[in-house]
Amino acid sequence: MKIALIGLGSVGRGVAEMITKKDLGLTITGIADSKSGAMDPDGLDIPARLAHKKKHGYCGDPNLSTIDIIKKAAYDALVEVTPTNALFGEPAIGYIKTALARKKHVVTSNKGPIALANKELRAMAQKKGVALRYEATVAGAIPIMHTLEHGLAGNEILALYGVLNGTCNYILTRMAAEGLTYEQALMEAREMGYAEADPTYDVKGIDAAIKLVILANTIWGHDVKLTDVDCTGIDLLTPDALRLAEDEGCTIRLIAEAIPRKHILRVSPRIIEKNHPLVVDGTLNALTLETDMAKEITLIGRGAGSVETASAIIGDLLYIKDRYDGRA
Amino acid sequence: MQISMKLEMKDSPGQLVAALKPVSDVGGNIIAVIHQREPGSDHGTLDVQIVLELPEGKLEKLVGLLKEQGVHIQRIGQQRLLYKRTVILIGHLMHTDLSDTVDQIDSTGFAEVIELDLSMPAVKERSSSRLTIKSVTKEDMEAALAILRRVSQQKSLLLIEPLEEIA
Repeated sequence: MKIALIGLGSVGRGVAEMITKKDLGLTITGIADSKSGAMDPDGLDIPARLAHKKKHGYCGDPNLSTIDIIKKAAYDALVEVTPTNALFGEPAIGYIKTALARKKHVVTSNKGPIALANKELRAMAQKKGVALRYEATVAGAIPIMHTLEHGLAGNEILALYGVLNGTCNYILTRMAAEGLTYEQALMEAREMGYAEADPTYDVKGIDAAIKLVILANTIWGHDVKLTDVDCTGIDLLTPDALRLAEDEGCTIRLIAEAIPRKHILRVSPRIIEKNHPLVVDGTLNALTLETDMAKEITLIGRGAGSVETASAIIGDLLYIKDRYDGRA
Repeated sequence: MQISMKLEMKDSPGQLVAALKPVSDVGGNIIAVIHQREPGSDHGTLDVQIVLELPEGKLEKLVGLLKEQGVHIQRIGQQRLLYKRTVILIGHLMHTDLSDTVDQIDSTGFAEVIELDLSMPAVKERSSSRLTIKSVTKEDMEAALAILRRVSQQKSLLLIEPLEEIA
């Protein structure tokens, strides 16, 4: 199956390297970063393109834009891994629509388009008879969408609880373990490369809330929005609060929860028993689903990382390859 | 606290003594035992009404022990404060009148703050406190937490609630 890869940041590079390294039956025929593009219907020399980007800062021909590649390259599935714009979703929404209009499958790790325009994009994919998959948007390597779609097929999902932001979980883990202040733990997270220069999006719970919106819309299809989430971050927590929780055999974690029967859609720091399955350390993610038949299922895994996220994207690509036999 | 319980147990020798043993096990004191043989309810069970004095916070344990003995509790009368939840409040707790915050729960009559731990690192810095609330029923606890949510919002305090048991 032929792949066009849009975006060559950490995730895009991970996808390119794994497709090149592993014999998966996937060929990259189009590639684009923010400054250039390259295409070859017989397959690109990916190591050469990546080396070129490393040396010159761009991967291909500066006269070819991302949209040129999406419109002109010969591919079956578009892998869209450009940076997230959570507020507007552009230009990624436009990229995805352009590929769907060409009857191309789309696999994305980009939360913006899926949180903002899931219903519209899904309808468009269905109309065109192609797949739109986004396993990598939530909880990195954890196969939550595959689990919902296949493993738990036929179950009614009654509630979900998740630790969906690795940055917050790292900060809380360190505050609890070492008695650090929020500011100290944040600084440490930055040094470790777990927090952005502007951490607002993570520590205010917005990133977790966007993932909750994606999960809720995937599971229940209620078309909820970010503004429907009751969202509280971790930036006002004190070391004393963690110690007070610790005294009771508990800790504090940022929990995203959705319980439709109670109309709850919330991200908030919560007191939680230390031996609870959702209490994971460091940057790990965890998700508990409560269902009618399977009862509780908890998945734990890495929520971010280049190759970890590539795992989710390649899982989606191979699903499409099997399901559609590589034909668009 | 004084409690009355209506218990149902097997009508066989030694059963009543066995059923009452947990009361002393949890440090309680039996004030009265009233046999109730209701006419027409003779199907090998014995109904007993007991009144006892129980140390604070021992009711849940006693209920558990009685159930282990195979005793069916039909009713607990005048029972107080069965549900317990712990929350943490962060913010300028003293400046926003902590006693008023606590009183908003206590004055409901159906829930009360039974424990409060406070930590104040420095003047002008935000303080943290842990409140343990008890209520008679689950619904009362929900109502008490709703009050606390509203008060926290009014006073710009951060309320950290427990993650509810997954049910």
